Amino acid sequence: MTFLNISYLRQLESESIHIMREVAAEFKNPVMLYSVGKDSSVMVRLAQKAFYPGKFPFPLMHIDTGYKFPEMYKFREDFCQKIGARLIVEKNEEWIAKGCHPLKEGVDKCCSHLKTGALLDALRKHGFDAAFGGARREEEKSRAKERVFSLRDSFGQWDPKNQRPELWDIYNTRINEGETVRIFPLSNWTEQDIWEYIKLEKIPVVPIYFALQREVIIRNGILIPVSSDSVDDHKKVKRILCRFRSLGCIPCTGAIASEATTIDEIINEVRAAKKSERENRVIDLTSDSSMEQKKKEGYF
Amino acid sequence: MHSGEKSLLRFTTTGSVDDGKSTLIGRLLYETKSIYDDQYAAIEKTSKKKGLPEVDLAYLLDGLAAEREQGITIDVAHRYFETPRRKFIITDTPGHVQYTRNMVTGASKADCAIILIDARNGMLTQSKRHGFIISLLQIPHLIVAINKMDLVDYAGDVFNRIVEEYENYSQKLDIHDIVYIPVSALKGDNVVARSKKMPWYNGSTLLHYLENIHVAADRNLVDFRFPVQYVIRPHSDFRGFAGKIVSGTITPGEEVVILPSGKTTSIKSVTTYDGDLQEASSPQSVVLSLTDEVDVSRGDMIVRKKNLPRIANSLEAIVCWMDEKAMTMTTPYIMKHTTKSVKVRITKIVYRIDVDTLHRKSADAFLLNDIGRIEISTSTPIFFDPYKINRATGSFILIDPLTNNTVAAGMIRDAVRHIEDYADMQTEGGDLRRKSPHTIWRGLNIELADREKQNGHKAVVLWFTGLSGAGKSTIAMDLEKRLFDRNCKTVLLDGDIIRHGLCSDLGFSPADREENIRRAGEVAKIFFEHGNIVLCTFISPFKQDRAFVRSLFPEDRFIEIYVHCNIDECHKRDPNGLYEKAQSGLIKDFTGISSPYEAPETPELVLDTENLSLRKCVDVLEEFLVNNSLIPQ
Repeated sequence: MTFLNISYLRQLESESIHIMREVAAEFKNPVMLYSVGKDSSVMVRLAQKAFYPGKFPFPLMHIDTGYKFPEMYKFREDFCQKIGARLIVEKNEEWIAKGCHPLKEGVDKCCSHLKTGALLDALRKHGFDAAFGGARREEEKSRAKERVFSLRDSFGQWDPKNQRPELWDIYNTRINEGETVRIFPLSNWTEQDIWEYIKLEKIPVVPIYFALQREVIIRNGILIPVSSDSVDDHKKVKRILCRFRSLGCIPCTGAIASEATTIDEIINEVRAAKKSERENRVIDLTSDSSMEQKKKEGYF
Repeated sequence: MHSGEKSLLRFTTTGSVDDGKSTLIGRLLYETKSIYDDQYAAIEKTSKKKGLPEVDLAYLLDGLAAEREQGITIDVAHRYFETPRRKFIITDTPGHVQYTRNMVTGASKADCAIILIDARNGMLTQSKRHGFIISLLQIPHLIVAINKMDLVDYAGDVFNRIVEEYENYSQKLDIHDIVYIPVSALKGDNVVARSKKMPWYNGSTLLHYLENIHVAADRNLVDFRFPVQYVIRPHSDFRGFAGKIVSGTITPGEEVVILPSGKTTSIKSVTTYDGDLQEASSPQSVVLSLTDEVDVSRGDMIVRKKNLPRIANSLEAIVCWMDEKAMTMTTPYIMKHTTKSVKVRITKIVYRIDVDTLHRKSADAFLLNDIGRIEISTSTPIFFDPYKINRATGSFILIDPLTNNTVAAGMIRDAVRHIEDYADMQTEGGDLRRKSPHTIWRGLNIELADREKQNGHKAVVLWFTGLSGAGKSTIAMDLEKRLFDRNCKTVLLDGDIIRHGLCSDLGFSPADREENIRRAGEVAKIFFEHGNIVLCTFISPFKQDRAFVRSLFPEDRFIEIYVHCNIDECHKRDPNGLYEKAQSGLIKDFTGISSPYEAPETPELVLDTENLSLRKCVDVLEEFLVNNSLIPQ
């Protein structure tokens, strides 16, 4: 890194750190939403950097649907223990007990209960007034429109047509009773930046990001990993060399055919990618505005 | 090149409705292979649904359902792409009249702006408006892309006419680097690939230009400014101050000043997770630790000792009003400036700018999207640089205390200090001072100018600063006699006298000294407003305190006089036996012995009393007053 020409990644890093410090300084009770994925891994590293040599002054919170990959749960425990972070796990117990499932309730409804509902309940329960999220504007077109500090009303809802202007690096952190703010310190990072940074900083990620022979079924062109819940016809199961480009719940997260077994190979693959990162996420594909609709209701 | 090593360019795009802005961005993304197949498939689907003959790349940008329905851009969108040379962040801002606030939002962080003009329509009112906002926000580089050249048969004279028109207009603006590029976003001419259809154009393509703008030179690497964000204290051995270097550079060992306390210390370490740094510069986020245990908290600013920002509690600024609710003079808005939030009141609307004609109009209030110049009084002094010099320390937002909405974006021009504004303030009953609750400030009964006319001399404050025993009072008393003989109206405010009455409740701690000087300054102001030549003799050891007093007066009416004398000589003189007491420990916090004296860097006058006689000193002062037309010959 040269003195006058600070690299792109270091600029992004500095911007994210600045955002995190503003939140820690001005909110009463912030939390970092931790989804176990690569973006969360990067976000946590940035938090470690922001408050070094101290510890970051907020807990991590995982909204668990119970449908995550086993590798994700294992990674979550190891990772949080290793860095000494306080981890809160919250679930919508009521709907999980009812056996809520995307094939039964439908994708949108399942998400609404197990993710959005659980998140809003958890924020209320712990009295969090600010929640960091790892969403990036590049991921999805309605996210491209979102501010770094995204105000949510007392129902957790986003009003895209009435967002506060966000000027320079000056963030308005004042909120009214009942309102909360979602903060996206990775707003300006792209998928490629995330991987470049993981490489540069040697940040650990869940192993299922790397290619492996996996049993999948192909549904609507998406490689759905085999799990007892979602496979109705075992004759359709195929073994394909594939990896997960983004991580979500097992029934709704597809794998992509890939040979990338190292970070460098992933970087090359991402650079040459013909499809966007969320191509394999069933939840985004239900309609042209599915993400916007979810966000309006209080989604991450 | 490892992509992490690439440089970054943030640019903003703006244009009127149908200038083809979204198409242009779509073209840039498409040709740099930044559009994914599934995204392309989605817009193909939308284009077909709308019955369009070809895929409209513009749909890529409209992220909200309402935007796709109405075919317009409502809010700022961010897009990312890269080339082998550079990474780009596009903030795409709507060009509609009603969305000025979004344009300001999108443009505030940009290094470069692209304004689109439809070649068929030429320069529209909105093109001017966009240029004006770019000039206001001091975006260093402007590209005027004259689009839809395919629809004017790629004619050079159409292009030249628009260039000439825009050049004429832009002379009124403050933009130093403007280029004009003829393009067709739809067909791809001169966007990424050079057009064969416009041989008369020899300049760069749009992308080539974007890849080669030199942005490092736009950063302010001179003035070190470090607004403290957060105090980090992991254990009793480490106390660090986290923040972003918003401008300038810093190295360990450098002497720094903490504002507002004025305490000086030096940098012990520049700490980061990746190890301590030997040098750091803007825009790095770091943690600074200091060699002394000084009190520093969020909202303070660490700066270099020899390079201070300005300090004032009344500011002149250009604001863009962004709220549905109109500006009022009675609302105590919250100003967020760097990491500091202070209560402010808008004391005066100087003018509103008609952005279409650039004419200044009078206004009683600003409404949504209005832009103009105002004066603001802040509850505590703030440290700033003019926006033109430093975007980070010259910008602020205003927040409505009831709704908590961000209601305005502001760019500081300077402290309010000009004599004409000062006179306006008096007649209009403006209030530039900090005031107690439930008091109402009335304008002056008799205007300053009228008093000055009758007195035959100007009102002025002569502020004598220097060590105890340097000769401040002696000189001031002699000068006052001379002025009295000239029939001048004078007042002598002496530190000792003030401390016997008005300030008898104060000691000599830095906080008490500050309050002492604040009171003295306010008293001097009252006498000043009544037409007097006010001679003030105060040790006033802290630069910050003197700067505060200075901020109360018009620029050329506050004369700082540094009465200079070596401490040993002062000690020898010791007219009141104070040095003796200080040395024996009877007086705590004695300036020069147990409390620092910060010498003025740029006083109006320096009087060296070790080498100049009393008579000579007074001569110098008298001459100064005459030469500056403050008193008659």
